[in-house]
Amino acid sequence: MATDNRTDGQIERRQFLKRSLGVVAAASLPLPVSQALAASNGGGNLAPNVPEWTRSQGAPILSPAYGQPSRFEDGVVRTPTDLTPTTTSSWSFTPLQDLNGAITPNGLVFERHHGGVPDIDPEQHQLMLHGMVEKPMIFSMAEIKRFPQVSIKRFLECSGNTLTEWKQPTGKTVQDTHGLLSCCEWTGVRLSTLLRAAGVGDKAKWILAEGADAAAMTRSIPMEKALDDALVVYAQNGEALRPEQGYPLRLILPGFEGNTQIKWLRRLEVSDAPYMTREETSKYTDLMRDGSARQFTFVMEAKSVITFPSGGHTLPEKGFYEIRGLAWSGRGKITWVDVSTDGGRNWTQAELEGPVESKALTAFRLPWRWEGGSALLQSRAIDETGYVQPTRQALIKARGLKSVYHLNAIQTWEVSSDGGISNVHV
Amino acid sequence: MFTYKTIAFTVLASLVGAGTIMAQDEDYGLGREATTKEIAGWNIDVPPSGDGLPGGSGTVAEGKEVYQTQCQSCHGADGNSGPMDKLVGGKDTLTSDSPVKTVGSYWPYATTLYDYIHRAMPFNSPQSLSPDDTYAVTAYVLFLNGIVDEDTTLDADSLPDIRMPNRDGFVSPDPRPDVLANACMTDCGSDETTP
Repeated sequence: MATDNRTDGQIERRQFLKRSLGVVAAASLPLPVSQALAASNGGGNLAPNVPEWTRSQGAPILSPAYGQPSRFEDGVVRTPTDLTPTTTSSWSFTPLQDLNGAITPNGLVFERHHGGVPDIDPEQHQLMLHGMVEKPMIFSMAEIKRFPQVSIKRFLECSGNTLTEWKQPTGKTVQDTHGLLSCCEWTGVRLSTLLRAAGVGDKAKWILAEGADAAAMTRSIPMEKALDDALVVYAQNGEALRPEQGYPLRLILPGFEGNTQIKWLRRLEVSDAPYMTREETSKYTDLMRDGSARQFTFVMEAKSVITFPSGGHTLPEKGFYEIRGLAWSGRGKITWVDVSTDGGRNWTQAELEGPVESKALTAFRLPWRWEGGSALLQSRAIDETGYVQPTRQALIKARGLKSVYHLNAIQTWEVSSDGGISNVHV
Repeated sequence: MFTYKTIAFTVLASLVGAGTIMAQDEDYGLGREATTKEIAGWNIDVPPSGDGLPGGSGTVAEGKEVYQTQCQSCHGADGNSGPMDKLVGGKDTLTSDSPVKTVGSYWPYATTLYDYIHRAMPFNSPQSLSPDDTYAVTAYVLFLNGIVDEDTTLDADSLPDIRMPNRDGFVSPDPRPDVLANACMTDCGSDETTP
């Protein structure tokens, strides 16, 4: 099953279809045949006809044993970036425009790997905890799972999410512009529990977290964060972590940039200073206008985006549409989201889906009637610290145009009079 | 004949050794002490102090040979022509509109170069270079950037002493929030923010 999980879900689905053809009736036949049947039905499956799937048995149980989305949802998949020279140190985007609510299905959680996805046998995976501790420890996966367990819903966002949008509108869809964003319920043990097992003194200020992947991905984490709300998790949305999310073990640092939340976690080393790894010096640092670079820019600041209607959607007719989107903050709870349909001139408070959880994606909704003219749709999040999601111009004024990471500006979707929706800057 | 009393006694007797409810954060007794040997095998990081650097050494000339066989196909003959990251050049570009972030122009610590080359390079065979080869290719990349001389030999003592050109180029802690926006609701201007 571990190997199957590493392949695309569609492949498994196709294999299932191949296996079951000739055994299972019309429900799993390829689309053209279904359409042919429907056509011979004289008017198809719409009322007043009795649908074909009502007139025969459907597929049996275990079709397949691990359930897959309907074949009619085959287009809802992660998409790759075209910016990287390899596909192992690369990233793929979550299809936010096709999702509902605030939880990301496991197979659609965005990917950012630095050395590909390792195929780890959990029986041969260990977590080492050493450095400035009273007793260096080594834990098996079975032992980690015996510690007191916690489950929390938290967002995960790559610090490079939206990086193509600094200078001009580039992404066509919200998957392109904001798809390095996901939210899962994570289950594991508090990092503070493990640290207590090893004994950490007052001099300990940082922890090096290291992955077991081919990049041995490494970041230094402030001890304050480790003792606050950091988790070492082995499950997402109720099942074991997916290989591409760090199976069998990863770090979760709620609200911090994604790359710090080390996947395939194998080692934690306690220290009095940061290690200055390649990722936290030459890579995930934010270059300012004056040539200096901000380092250890961990927190993902408050941000929001409208996911429906959004780039690539087309409104088929005038009338009612519910504007829907997501808001999140690395500093805590979202308290307020406003929506504008005139490019930021006037704003209306949207409804938040409750209960709002800290550092989790929060769905917002606002009823809207499209009158057929052009509109500029925007959303603006405010978090519990009072921080207001800024405009792109304000961020550029403060930082310049070469910081790459942490673009949390207000996004604009233009609805044209033909109902088409595109990514624009205002 | 069973009475309720004898049933209760039987149940209690069968629960001897059933354990006690623990308070949170007690010593769970899980995991074991890691051995020195286990730690040595995995503890590969090299912080700016140079702690953890292994014995051995390498010269620029030796590094050129390692580079040509292990690195050149991805980083170019001179370290600046890709297709992977540029390692060389970019001097004085960080203040320009088109910054080129290389080992020479951007990296603040030479120890990080050793750490990363050993940790993750060559791309198709990470953690395969010997300490000597890692010192050597580190020296060669620093030489290509004009940071060390052609006759340089690097080892655990000399590597941490190298001062990188952009050593003081980094700011921390994080100064954000750096943009304080105003949540205007009606008839708002084009830019309702004050940095």
